[in-house]
Amino acid sequence: MEVLKFILQKEFRQIFRDKIILAMMFVMPTVQLIIMPFAANFEVKNINVAYVDNDHSSYSQRLVEKIAASGYFKIVSSPQSYKEGLKMIEKGDADLVLEIPLGFERNLVREGLQEVNMAVDAINGTKSSLGGAYLTNVIADFNSNLDVNIKASKSVVQGQAATIEIANSNWYNPHAEYKYYMVPGILVLLLTMIGGFITALNIVKEKEIGTIEQINVTPIKKWQFILGKLIPFWIVGMIVFTVGMIVMYIVYGIFPEGSLLLLYLFAAVYLIALLGLGLLISTLADTQLQAMFIAYFFMMVFMLMSGFFKSTDSMPGWARIISQCTPVTHFITVVRLIVLKGSSFQEVKLELLYLIGFAFLLNSLAIYNYRKTA
Amino acid sequence: MENKAIICKDLTKQFGDFKAVDKITFDVDQGEIFGFLGANGAGKTTAMRILCGLSYPTSGEATVAGFNVYKEQELIKKNIGYMSQKFSLYDNLTILENIEFYGGVYGVSRAEIKARSADLVHTLGLEKEAKKLVGELPLGWKQKLAFSVAIFHRPKIVFLDEPTGGVDPITRRQFWDMIYEAAASNITVFVTTHYMDEAEYCNRISIMVDGKVEAMDSPTNLKQRFNTHSMDEVFYQLARGAKRSGD
Repeated sequence: MEVLKFILQKEFRQIFRDKIILAMMFVMPTVQLIIMPFAANFEVKNINVAYVDNDHSSYSQRLVEKIAASGYFKIVSSPQSYKEGLKMIEKGDADLVLEIPLGFERNLVREGLQEVNMAVDAINGTKSSLGGAYLTNVIADFNSNLDVNIKASKSVVQGQAATIEIANSNWYNPHAEYKYYMVPGILVLLLTMIGGFITALNIVKEKEIGTIEQINVTPIKKWQFILGKLIPFWIVGMIVFTVGMIVMYIVYGIFPEGSLLLLYLFAAVYLIALLGLGLLISTLADTQLQAMFIAYFFMMVFMLMSGFFKSTDSMPGWARIISQCTPVTHFITVVRLIVLKGSSFQEVKLELLYLIGFAFLLNSLAIYNYRKTA
Repeated sequence: MENKAIICKDLTKQFGDFKAVDKITFDVDQGEIFGFLGANGAGKTTAMRILCGLSYPTSGEATVAGFNVYKEQELIKKNIGYMSQKFSLYDNLTILENIEFYGGVYGVSRAEIKARSADLVHTLGLEKEAKKLVGELPLGWKQKLAFSVAIFHRPKIVFLDEPTGGVDPITRRQFWDMIYEAAASNITVFVTTHYMDEAEYCNRISIMVDGKVEAMDSPTNLKQRFNTHSMDEVFYQLARGAKRSGD
């Protein structure tokens, strides 16, 4: 025990002497939490629309006005034919072409049904798919407003109106929606970076400068060395997490709906798992460059597969399995559940088991792989 | 047997087909200064790493401070000090903090650390620098400090891997004074070096060529045997037959 105290004393001295690490402990959570949610939301603006109006009726005119007024679209031109419109997409002048067919107004009034044609440039995936979805919403909304005036076939219009309402609810308040969705995710990202990178780099740095050999020739036991590295960075991670929580509350007014204690319990276990990953990486890498690459590889896969950017439910089956095999996925789920939904321990205890499993597995591998004698 | 610090018999370390250390046999008395010489790549560092418990031998027998190099590495580590080629104190800790850390991990008590480090800083004449970061010290001082730290816990044996590389002649001389002092307090000194004047300071030396110990005796006897006046010449006669070179 006494030996461990000497090791911890040394680690803390080094951490607190490192001005950059100290600064990053406070700057990283603050800046990431303030900037990322605004930059990394999925809202799309300034979609260039070209429309082909073959009907030239008052209804078609109103539809175009409504699209322009939505704030998401820029009407760039009104070509004479659909073909011309497609050419604009090819040139990149338009992202989207809307064709209003002849008889638009007549069919709407008489039958309450009318198709419009939409062509989307799918090169910028997010812009096109969301642009298409927005436009569909605008048209549907337009449709439902007509409903009052024209009393058309009820069943059809009611059906459409129902879908419109669902879409509208997450559309009128996009900022709030993404903020609540992104911010808890960024908290997770912060802990992931600390766990995965800092420990790995710290130990590999000792390999590079040769102090690890000096350590290996002392009677320090494996568990003393590993705890000596885990505990300080675990504390750093928890400080960063706390700073993040404070920023989340001050800047966004988000306070966890669920138990703060439960959230910290998860953060604590998650951090142990990720520190284990960092340790494992440090046993594999000989240089900081190698460690960076290996850590980056895992971090990218973890983050992309975690549901941070994309809902895991919409992934194909095999991807969902991979996604379940990363600790990040489970932690993001839990943080969102606790922070936004206020879930109780009963509802998330399975995730806790997963995280404990990861912590145990990764740390065991790291301990197994760390050799004092080669 | 009782007063032998190190005993090696047919010690071998093989990497694939390459025999880095090839059946070396020697022993070192307690309190002796033993020079371990050889050209770059002759296998000195590999042999030393085995004796320090950093590396497993492939075959052969060896005991260090009475402990087996296969099974009792952690016991060996308790009883030795080690100073590697690379400077291995922490640049971002002060002199006192480095001493405290290394003393502590060898199980020296806090009170004892305090007393001994005050003495040590005084002997080295580093009172003013004691609270400075080690990274700011000149190389010669760093090396003297590293040696002092390596014997701070009063080990039975201290292993020095080219401790005076890049150090000026005056500091080297002071360094060897420190080695003599250590040996006088019955610490066995096992040292590798490329400086032949330093070889003369040793009680006995061994010269390794291509993984084998080619000669082992006191410097005087070796010079007689090779019929020359300088250790340089002895080394040259032995090492020029080497097939391996560089590292």
